Amino acid sequence: MSEAVLSIRNLTVEIPTRGGILRPVDQINYDINRGEILGIVGESGAGKSMAGNAVIGLLNRPAKITGGEIWLNGTRIDQLEGEDMRRLRGKHIGMVFQDPLTSLNPLLRIGDQLTETMLEHLDISRDKARKRAAAALDEVGIPAAAQRLDSYPHEFSGGMRQRVVIALALCAEPSLIIADEPTTALDVSVQAQIIALLKRLCRDRGTAVMLITHDMGVIAETADRVAVMYAGRLAELGNVRDVVTHPEHPYTDGLMGSTPLASKGLKRLRQISGSMPRLTAMPEGCAFHPRCEFAQDICRAEPRPKLNGGRSACHFPIQQPAEETA
Amino acid sequence: MLAYSLRRLFQSFIVLLVVGLVAFSMFRFVGDPIDSLLGQERTQSDIERLRGELGLDDPFVVQYGAFLGRAVQGDFGLSYRQARPVAEIIAERAPATLELALVSAGFAMFFGVVLGIFTAIRRDGFAANAIMSVSLIGVSLPTFLIGILLIYLFSVELGWLPSFGRGDVVDLGWWTTGFATGSGLKALILPSITLGLYQMTLIMRLVRSEMLEVLRADYIRFARARGIREKSVNFRHALKNTLVPVITVTGLQLGSIIAFAIITETVFQWPGVGLLFINAIQFVDIPVMAAYLMLISVMFVAINLIVDLLYFAIDPRLRADRSGGH
Amino acid sequence: MADTTPAPKPRGRLAHWWDGDFAYQFRRSPVAIISFTVVMLMVLAAIFAPLIAPYDPFDPASLNLMNGFSSPMEPNAFTGETFWLGTDDQGRDVFSTILYGLRISLFVGAAAVGFAMVLGITLGLVAAYVGGWVETIIMRIADVQLTFPAILVAMLIFGVAKGITPVEYRDQMAIWVLIVAIGLSDWVQFARVVRGATLVEKNKEYVQAARLIGRGSGAIMLRHILPNVLSPVLVIATISLALAIIAEATLSFLGVGAPPTQPSLGTLIRIGQGFLFSGEWWILLFPACTLLALALAVNLLGDWLRDALNPKLR
Repeated sequence: MSEAVLSIRNLTVEIPTRGGILRPVDQINYDINRGEILGIVGESGAGKSMAGNAVIGLLNRPAKITGGEIWLNGTRIDQLEGEDMRRLRGKHIGMVFQDPLTSLNPLLRIGDQLTETMLEHLDISRDKARKRAAAALDEVGIPAAAQRLDSYPHEFSGGMRQRVVIALALCAEPSLIIADEPTTALDVSVQAQIIALLKRLCRDRGTAVMLITHDMGVIAETADRVAVMYAGRLAELGNVRDVVTHPEHPYTDGLMGSTPLASKGLKRLRQISGSMPRLTAMPEGCAFHPRCEFAQDICRAEPRPKLNGGRSACHFPIQQPAEETA
Repeated sequence: MLAYSLRRLFQSFIVLLVVGLVAFSMFRFVGDPIDSLLGQERTQSDIERLRGELGLDDPFVVQYGAFLGRAVQGDFGLSYRQARPVAEIIAERAPATLELALVSAGFAMFFGVVLGIFTAIRRDGFAANAIMSVSLIGVSLPTFLIGILLIYLFSVELGWLPSFGRGDVVDLGWWTTGFATGSGLKALILPSITLGLYQMTLIMRLVRSEMLEVLRADYIRFARARGIREKSVNFRHALKNTLVPVITVTGLQLGSIIAFAIITETVFQWPGVGLLFINAIQFVDIPVMAAYLMLISVMFVAINLIVDLLYFAIDPRLRADRSGGH
Repeated sequence: MADTTPAPKPRGRLAHWWDGDFAYQFRRSPVAIISFTVVMLMVLAAIFAPLIAPYDPFDPASLNLMNGFSSPMEPNAFTGETFWLGTDDQGRDVFSTILYGLRISLFVGAAAVGFAMVLGITLGLVAAYVGGWVETIIMRIADVQLTFPAILVAMLIFGVAKGITPVEYRDQMAIWVLIVAIGLSDWVQFARVVRGATLVEKNKEYVQAARLIGRGSGAIMLRHILPNVLSPVLVIATISLALAIIAEATLSFLGVGAPPTQPSLGTLIRIGQGFLFSGEWWILLFPACTLLALALAVNLLGDWLRDALNPKLR
């Protein structure tokens, strides 16, 4: 466990409601190592963001962690509260949100938002913080960085703002970055730049990245490993190359089939029939069985299959072609 | 910004012209000015002469213009009831009303903002809920009943504070102030609370709902995710954004404080302009009514303008958007 | 009579409504039920005031000055008569004056809101339908008027109307002047809502189709607009009613409203304030509490209606 920057063990998040307890995150496990980018994919509502929020301790009430453990650099953090958790945020875990247009406080200058964050976590003087703020802006590719410290967010374009957001998330040099759909709100032409920037910065600093997205394309280009989430559970976890080229879980297979990937050539896109079950109406057994073409009685009757160190949580993983089976 | 200010100035000017027209019509057509200026013993030639002197035979527009010209110079004619220049009577009474309004506005703003922030931050707390429930009753409570209640409690039962009048005032020649004496200050307490309570409730509810809205914003989440202290999140990040919309409404509320002073002044027999106005209505003293209408309109229009300009000072987005040519 | 399993039977319109979302929410909300009950009780008390009131406070024959200043629930020292809520200086039964005062307060409030509603809906429709400079003028007047507190506008209108009315009719006309003054101060919101809804409706296909085939679209539009604005108008009317009742009470309290010959709750409070220092608290307290309960109940009902009829806010 010492290798991993972040280890999640059997993490469960529950929301008590009048109709019963909902479980948006259900016993998930994964590690992220130093300098590694772990992609988390899944449809909206699969629990990707909820898991990220749980790690940084920003779950919206009444959602809360009800089981499992979160370890950061060998320290258990899921039970930290209030001030202890706050000191961790920004300093050890950074976060990048989806929409750069709303992530920055419109009434505070960029430089003030940067120095404020650094002064909070680093033991440096105001002048030093300002110099470092300019350097941080420069590093994320903002031209004439020193002059732009006094600009307000609205004076930047969307892509530039996301660069500022990344600078903010990284300015106290955290060991883990949670990027929650960092490119979804951006123009397609800007998306690739932002992803490349994030990738370069984290490689340089050895920062671990949890990259949450619903875009299999982004994962394929960026991540080292990928975790596929479905209805709050992990469906598949493995190296990006393996998962993309030979998905084991029928859901991953469907997901890949419905994503246009340049590497796969021009094939007709498939779609997965039906939709993800709502948290209030979770089926017995494997959550995917109502949509699965391979479903058998065991999928409906048995308790849900677990990953258990293997690659996919499925009773009938798709067999890999003989020549590539390890 | 200049173009915008000029447009606003022009609109204000139009409003004042319309109000002036209403005031003039009251002057001219309600109650016969000849009747009121000449007593019972009058001759036809007296009437003719006066009509000529007053310009009553001129075309309407000319008369209106003359009225406005006199109004700008502060000449509103003679009070029917007191047979003294209206301007003189109002100047005599204005300090009482302005001092009362000033203290009430300060009271309403200070407690409104403080309680609004408190109830927003401690949203689920017992005290916050109690304050909100009481404020609902406060909104339905007519001002004059609050005044009577306060008089009953603090003047009749406890005998701590005076129930009417301004107490001892110091005459500065052009201004009379109650701030300089103990009894003057004591006399201010009950009327100020009465007058300010309703506005305070409104400001409080507004600040609360705006603040709750802002606290849900992405940039607040992002600030939390960067580990910014709760105090700084609430007061540096959230409060400034809250105050932008609050300023308009608060500004307009301050205008109505002067108008609502009519009620408070009647309850406490406060010798201000409001009491003068009520007496003018009771005795159909048209010049006083017209003058009051004009004065209060100027005040409202001025407040509106100031509020608009304050916007620019607070919100950098507006400075950029409206300055044109950016 | 324990029918736990209601058999499906043909249901009337009323029953259907009772099962609807709106009625369901009503039954679920204690605040709504209580405030509705209070308002209904007060309305009934006002309507049947002559039947309920033990005395006719405005019939000089029934007044006995000896009964003056009787405390509540205590026999009068001179006459031995007992009055529930006491009497005022002239021996009038406070309970009876409150009932009659309530009658005037509610009547003025309801009539003023009705007047504001008719005026506002008409002007709103005209503004949206005619457009052009008519619309500009109407909406500009609305804007200017909104800048000033309604109570100030009402006072001015009252003052001007008083100036126009001949002296000998002033007291008689006061109630009607009051209705017009409060109504005129309150039409803007109705006009805005109706204009907004009409503008939306005006651009719908069926109106343009009607135009194309040369039909007047006005009548059809009206049939479509009215249902659309029904709930916002109802909400505004309820909240306006609370405001109008308070406005009336305030004006009367200030002495520029209902005259002492036709006292509303506000007038009664004005009279009662004179006895605050001499210890006859009941002359002030009971009318004040009645006004408070009425204003609060109507306000709460309005708040609840707004939430119930506006699913977006839920």
